[in-house]
Amino acid sequence: MSVDMRTFLAHVELDGPVITAAGCAGTGRELAQFFDLHRLGALTTPSITMAPRAGRPTPRMAETPSGLLNAVGLQGPGIDSFLERELPWLAQRGIRTVVSIGGGTVNEYSALARRLADAPGVTAVEVNLACPNIEDRGRVFAREGAASAEVVGSVRSIMLGDVPVIAKLSPDVADIVAVATACADAGADALSMINNPLGMAIDTATLRPALAAGTGGLSGPAILPLAVRCVWQVHAALPRVPIIGMGGVLTGSDALQLILAGACAVGVGTALFHDPYACLRIERELADLLQARGFQRLADAVGVAHRPPGSPARHLHEESSL
Amino acid sequence: MQVTGTVLTTRRVDAYHALTVVAPGIAERFRPGHFVSVAVGGSRSSMLTRRSFSVHDVRSDYGGTVELVFTVRGPGTEWLAERRARDTLDLVGPLGRPFPVPRDPVSVVLVGFEYGSAVLFPLADTLLARSCRVDFVLGGGSADRVFGAMRARRIAETTTLSTRDGSLGLRGEVTDVLASVITDTRADVVYACGPMEVMRAVTSVAIKFDIPVQVVAEEAMACGIGICMTCVLPVIGDDGVTRMVRACVDGPVFRGERVRFEDVGTIPFDAQGAPGGGARHVS
Repeated sequence: MSVDMRTFLAHVELDGPVITAAGCAGTGRELAQFFDLHRLGALTTPSITMAPRAGRPTPRMAETPSGLLNAVGLQGPGIDSFLERELPWLAQRGIRTVVSIGGGTVNEYSALARRLADAPGVTAVEVNLACPNIEDRGRVFAREGAASAEVVGSVRSIMLGDVPVIAKLSPDVADIVAVATACADAGADALSMINNPLGMAIDTATLRPALAAGTGGLSGPAILPLAVRCVWQVHAALPRVPIIGMGGVLTGSDALQLILAGACAVGVGTALFHDPYACLRIERELADLLQARGFQRLADAVGVAHRPPGSPARHLHEESSL
Repeated sequence: MQVTGTVLTTRRVDAYHALTVVAPGIAERFRPGHFVSVAVGGSRSSMLTRRSFSVHDVRSDYGGTVELVFTVRGPGTEWLAERRARDTLDLVGPLGRPFPVPRDPVSVVLVGFEYGSAVLFPLADTLLARSCRVDFVLGGGSADRVFGAMRARRIAETTTLSTRDGSLGLRGEVTDVLASVITDTRADVVYACGPMEVMRAVTSVAIKFDIPVQVVAEEAMACGIGICMTCVLPVIGDDGVTRMVRACVDGPVFRGERVRFEDVGTIPFDAQGAPGGGARHVS
């Protein structure tokens, strides 16, 4: 018998738990050449900003051990072009779409939410909080609970009730549980974690930073343990808040770690650069692992690692009532 | 498309490595200018980015093969250079936009620097099949780094060689000889592949002669399929607006005069979405 892989992102049901991470799946058209995007749990767009953005200069990327440093700088066409060309392409095909938004002020996030509030085809809105706050000397929103909560609260108040608002958290904080709690209190329907921690590489031939921007976001398997720790801590503190776990997922086993830590969905990012079919493969591997461990439903595995040792594994003994 | 290809043969060509891989599907869909990306390091690799290579040769035997030419630059290409016959490789391709090819039998100069010239040979075959006149200008740092001189001599009307150290052909840059080749052959169009500074110089020569030039941009890519946004360069669009476009899906072939070579590695102030150009500067 196959495992029931359905999951809920707040109150929105997804056919599968594997979704693409923000900024790692292009507009959708690029991956659609390889497979049917309906097979994704959902596709997350790159972070959309009000104005078009050219991004950072090159080099934007450096390969590191089991990781990738990037400083793309949210290159994108801006919300007008997104609503005109990119979202309709996804909506017409009925592809579940999480729209990521990024801004420099609370007002910019609110303005983006207003533009998205009546746009068809938005499954959920993910608030990318790892953007510098222009009104606070460029300090990143995600670093403080209060700043994050203000953004999440304003977006939540604008979006219609049936569109979940997801707060994307950064691991570069002293206390991720405090930021997560502030976001949940401000109305976030779900949390996604982790965004890229900041890293740096230096080119020993040129004696200069490898990236034009100096520092960049680190992704790939190198950050998986950081992601598992964050999901674990936040799920322990806020067991009722749905979590999308992401950060370095390359295999079904990586995804299962995040689910056992408390995530109900899993984001796949950098793995897509290595393998365009990564999402499908990871979901297949995850289903096989769940089945081998006697789970009939993905939902039964969420947060299971938090059980005290020796406690009965309910799902293994009871027949599912569904 | 993604295929698991089997290495058929490996060979050394002067300073370079060449791998022939059985890759049905890729060979079938290939057009000159396309490239392929390769996953390196095996299934448990710690190297996450794919390596992109242009295709030197495509054959229909064994269901379709492609030949890649590369030089060892780091651990990824080092791993690739260690592959032997019957090893398997994870290939994605064909990728990118191929060369536009003239309909009429025009006179064409192909300019290649070091192993960048590999991509020009399938193009030469296509052009010759259309009865074009093909002349090669090949160059490199030294004699062992000039790729394809023998094959060029065999198929082209003329082949002019140059090296920076003078060990083969004329001492100097490919562009030192390009003007006279264009004049002698009454060239109608130039195609070129090589490092950015060579493409810039080739483009300025072609502009002086007022003939079209198609260049291949060799930018560092992580994915090769348009999703990582790392291989961008400033290119002027049909509407006159400069955009940071992806070399992998919007290129790798560009009209030379549209590429803002002097601004590669920067965000030009007048590019769409440049900081200060109305867009807010957030990271």
